[in-house]
Amino acid sequence: MNDYLVELNNCGVSRNHKWLVRGVSLKVSQGEIVTLIGPNGSGKSTTAKMSLDILKPDEGTNNIKKGIRISYVPQKISIDWSLPLRAIDFVNLVKKHKTSEINDALSITGIKHLIYEDVRNLSGGEFQRLLMARAIAKEPHFLVLDEPVQGVDYPGEIALYKTIQEIVKKINCGILLISHNLHVVMSQTDYVICLNGHVCCSGAPNTVIKEPEYINLFGKNIDPTLAFYQHDHDHEHLPDGSIDDSGRDS
Amino acid sequence: MFDDFIVRAFAAGIGLAFITGPLGCFIVWRRLSYFGDTIAHSALLGVTIAYAMNFNLIIAVFVVSCLLAISLLFLQRRTSLPDDALLGLLAHSVLAIGLVLLGILSFIRIDLMGLLFGDILSVNFTDVLFVWIGGSIVLTILILIWRPLFAGTVNLELAKAEGLNPDLATAIFTLLIASVIAISIKIVGILLITGLLIIPASASRNLSSTPIQMAVISSIIGIASVVLGIQTSMIWNTSTGPTILVITLSIFILTLLPLKKLLISKKKIELSDKR
Repeated sequence: MNDYLVELNNCGVSRNHKWLVRGVSLKVSQGEIVTLIGPNGSGKSTTAKMSLDILKPDEGTNNIKKGIRISYVPQKISIDWSLPLRAIDFVNLVKKHKTSEINDALSITGIKHLIYEDVRNLSGGEFQRLLMARAIAKEPHFLVLDEPVQGVDYPGEIALYKTIQEIVKKINCGILLISHNLHVVMSQTDYVICLNGHVCCSGAPNTVIKEPEYINLFGKNIDPTLAFYQHDHDHEHLPDGSIDDSGRDS
Repeated sequence: MFDDFIVRAFAAGIGLAFITGPLGCFIVWRRLSYFGDTIAHSALLGVTIAYAMNFNLIIAVFVVSCLLAISLLFLQRRTSLPDDALLGLLAHSVLAIGLVLLGILSFIRIDLMGLLFGDILSVNFTDVLFVWIGGSIVLTILILIWRPLFAGTVNLELAKAEGLNPDLATAIFTLLIASVIAISIKIVGILLITGLLIIPASASRNLSSTPIQMAVISSIIGIASVVLGIQTSMIWNTSTGPTILVITLSIFILTLLPLKKLLISKKKIELSDKR
């Protein structure tokens, strides 16, 4: 038996006769961080949604282990003004927690003082920390983080990524992470998948880093600690997202 | 006790306001006010059918409302028209069908004014029972589906991802709206029920800081409006349904006054003193 929490087999999603993403296979096991990187519109969020079964794949299969607790930190949430909602109510959204548990989760992400604050009074970074706190409070088996540090200041970003690692150790969950921070991706991840409508390359960070594919994607001399995201193509994408093979060298 | 029509009016009105409170909050949160209106428009068809077939009015209206909700779901999947266009399409075509049918079945005489604006002073004991039993069922179901419904209102994908079933909760919620509108016809009428759903919830929004608080305060405002509205209409000899709505509106305007701001700023000053 496989001990994966979530498995995608050659999955793809099409909308209006156009593939948003295709041919994605991945596995997330307990205690493992799998990271998706790729440019905007490359199908990262779509892939995450397939792994959560929010989106049914039009091709391939998605399997989620039965009976596991899942937490999801979506890329964007907007709370309507008509909804009065405090941080504590938001943490309790899907499952009711003890106040002590909520305090713990909020302390881990550094916003314990905001527990009774209305969520619309939170800044973008504070709200992101709240999303994370809610996800942690559930002590999930499988955690999906869709760009969890957007809008968080730089020291906060590092702290939050450290938190993510601590969570993995503490509750031994599997994480599917979407991130733009290449340094974090390379130093703290078990498996990297680079997407651009399809899987461009994938593997363990220290093997991926030596592969010509990776060098093509991110450049030769980039120190991972200084790396910013660059997606140098080894192939051309046509306007509809399909791949133009005619220009390839090899 | 229930011999007195005033007592029956109070009992029916209070029972109705009790459920429209929390239900109205969800209508406001989910931006469904036009949906409530659409269902209310279909009531005329339900009433006509009830009279033609000599059938219970509330049940006929409920059935027609449910059919309307199902047609809406169907249209949403088959066309890419925006929801408000679909609702407008349904509301007015169903109203027109109701009127045409009423014309064909010329032997039916319906008190149109009563249907549009209700007559809370003429409710009988059975109506009161319908309100309280139906209301209790609606409230119980709403409490049972609260978590998936609320989580889906905040973020549908998050609720789905984490194992709740917000789609089922939404479908059940739609049936709850249909039943409350059916129950309310004799009390405030089809033109005013949306007001009784939305105005107390909106007024309550100005006073509350948590969702449950908003639902409870909304009920209280609704009940206060019913009580004050019935009494006012007796004094001024005005029609009761509209009077209740006018009182609700007055309460809404009162909640716009910066009372809460004054309270909060006082609290904040106290807090900053403590620091």
